[in-house]
Amino acid sequence: MKRLAVFCLACAFVVLTGGALIELGPAAIDLRGQVAAQLAASGVSHPVTAVLLNFRGYDTLLEVAVLLIALLAILAVTDKPPAAPVPAHPLLQAVARGATPAMILVAVYLLWAGAHRPGGAFQAGAVLAAAAVLLHLVGLLPGWGAPGLRLRLGLTAGFALFLALAAALLSQGALLQYPPAAAGTLILVIEAGLTVSLGLILAGLFLFLSRDEGGET
Amino acid sequence: MMVLVFDGLLACALLWSAWRALATPRLDRAIVFFIAFGLLMSLAWARLSAPDIALAEAAIGAGLTGALLLDAYGAISRRKGGK
Amino acid sequence: MTSGLLFALVGVALFALGLAGLVLIGDVLRRILAFNLMGSGAFLVLVGLAQRNGVPDAVPQAMVLTGIVVAVAATALALALARRLDAQREGALPEDEDG
Repeated sequence: MKRLAVFCLACAFVVLTGGALIELGPAAIDLRGQVAAQLAASGVSHPVTAVLLNFRGYDTLLEVAVLLIALLAILAVTDKPPAAPVPAHPLLQAVARGATPAMILVAVYLLWAGAHRPGGAFQAGAVLAAAAVLLHLVGLLPGWGAPGLRLRLGLTAGFALFLALAAALLSQGALLQYPPAAAGTLILVIEAGLTVSLGLILAGLFLFLSRDEGGET
Repeated sequence: MMVLVFDGLLACALLWSAWRALATPRLDRAIVFFIAFGLLMSLAWARLSAPDIALAEAAIGAGLTGALLLDAYGAISRRKGGK
Repeated sequence: MTSGLLFALVGVALFALGLAGLVLIGDVLRRILAFNLMGSGAFLVLVGLAQRNGVPDAVPQAMVLTGIVVAVAATALALALARRLDAQREGALPEDEDG
């Protein structure tokens, strides 16, 4: 009975919202023209990177803060010490060892490419995190326990750098308004910091969580 | 024309894999369907000419989320099996 | 029909599917899956609807890129809570027997 009711409600939702989407008129606000007009002053030539780190840099700043808070919450609810890593088959370990330098190279390429083509700090950080997870799964990288000073610095470096630059540039008038001449360099510096921190944070989501792996068996 | 057929197939595959991720009886298979859903989403982003999101979705949505889900499934089912 | 509008409609269906799953399913891990499906649906509507005339739009694309990274953090936090919940449920039984 409940199933039927939920099914009918979901169908009604899809029909009504879908119908509204199809009949929707042209958008009242279109930011495409503004983005294209300001692109030259943003310091990068790829519009998505320009929006992420220049026009809407505020969102990205807060997003990194959200990631850090999520990681802190995860640290608060997992309290077991890391279990000793279980080594995988030597062949798998060799493949992981071989793949890691290539993945780091891909991350650096994505970071560099973000200025003028698809890529950027998020994708580069994700590739770094994937390399760490791969090393952990084959038993070469132990799960993380309570983070030490170096790890803490690495986790917060991107956010701290971003925040420090935002504070230093407050004299420009608005938050995160870069001087046009230096915008390209500033964005690259921020993205490099974000790549390292995002890689560590995303890897931490896995490596802090998986430490109670096998603890019970 | 071909493009529209491809889009239609992709839309059907997205909805089907999402449905299987919720309705498959075995949880481990459901998670694998969810990973497949993430990869199909990545294709959909490429079709929407959003290569940045496609890259992020392939690495994060399919890769990292899938690893997290499988790891949690392994930990929970091992605890149940150990009892 | 442009692919933008088509995928926006798929997004609406995914959102409804995830919402129905969230209501009907009791298992915690599967509810996290349903929650992620809802998120993906919302992302598709955001980008698809903005591009329904076929021209790429960088602003919603950048917002969705941010959203995907936040979604994986939310998923990891939900999984951490689910694992903790499971460990406490299992741990509660032997303690009761001892006491």
